[in-house]
Amino acid sequence: MIATLAFYLFAGLVILGAVATILSRNPVHSVLWLILAFFNAAGLFVLLGAEFLAMILVIVYVGAVAVLFLFVVMMLDVDFARLRAGFAKYLPLGVGLAVVLLTELLLVLGGGSFGVSAPAASHAPVVAGMTNTQALGSLIYTRYVFIFQAAGMVLLTAMVGAIVLTHRQRPGLRRQSMGAQTERTPATAVSTVHAPSGEGVTL
Amino acid sequence: MIGLGHYLVVGAILFVIGVLGIFINRKNVIIILMSIELILLAVNINLVAFSSFAHDLVGQVFAMFVLTVAAGEAAIGLAILVVYFRNRGTITVDDINQMKG
Repeated sequence: MIATLAFYLFAGLVILGAVATILSRNPVHSVLWLILAFFNAAGLFVLLGAEFLAMILVIVYVGAVAVLFLFVVMMLDVDFARLRAGFAKYLPLGVGLAVVLLTELLLVLGGGSFGVSAPAASHAPVVAGMTNTQALGSLIYTRYVFIFQAAGMVLLTAMVGAIVLTHRQRPGLRRQSMGAQTERTPATAVSTVHAPSGEGVTL
Repeated sequence: MIGLGHYLVVGAILFVIGVLGIFINRKNVIIILMSIELILLAVNINLVAFSSFAHDLVGQVFAMFVLTVAAGEAAIGLAILVVYFRNRGTITVDDINQMKG
């Protein structure tokens, strides 16, 4: 009973958040609605027994991706009113397509079972007495270790790409010159001046 | 009782909302990126629902990799957006169709 109630609460809030994300006028509000949608999707994952993915969703999406979106939205000085100019023009086509797509998907879903009631075909059955995180870890560090490494490479590539794209050399900036620093010797850097008393020196 | 079909319907609705978001916010590339995130979230809900109801953890492993790729895609997309804004002073994506250097 409580699970049913929680499902409808989470599902409703996910869909509310998604709709408000694409409809709100201010992109900052869009990002905040997106965060709401992700939080409630994490709730759905908890209901499904995927606690690890739920926590990853909160940490990665809410903690990193949504904040990245917020940074970009607030950093760019964009005239958002102009960007919404074609909104009413595209709305009928978009809604029409959405209705068609949703009808198709629901027809497919209403078609019947998906054969998931046959656990004999399971590749990695859920072991009783093991937490979700434990089970996932024992799977991705053994059988899927190469794919796991490949995922790491994807993230590394994304990081390098993002840094290379956004990094810029400013011309007027004074930087540390390592070569010039290490090539200095006492002969070129220090000189002894014999200063007569009472007169001072000119360097 | 909540079955697999309920979760699949949520996933389908979320997917359609994502597609609709791409269509009606054609000029605002930030919202388009957010819509792509919504679509990937719908995919993840489907994967996790199937994984849970089939008692098979492979779906959750795959959902984790989808999450990885989605995070990378968001980072790269926003980096491209920042560079584009720096060059053009606007993020109207209508002008990007002319691929002139």
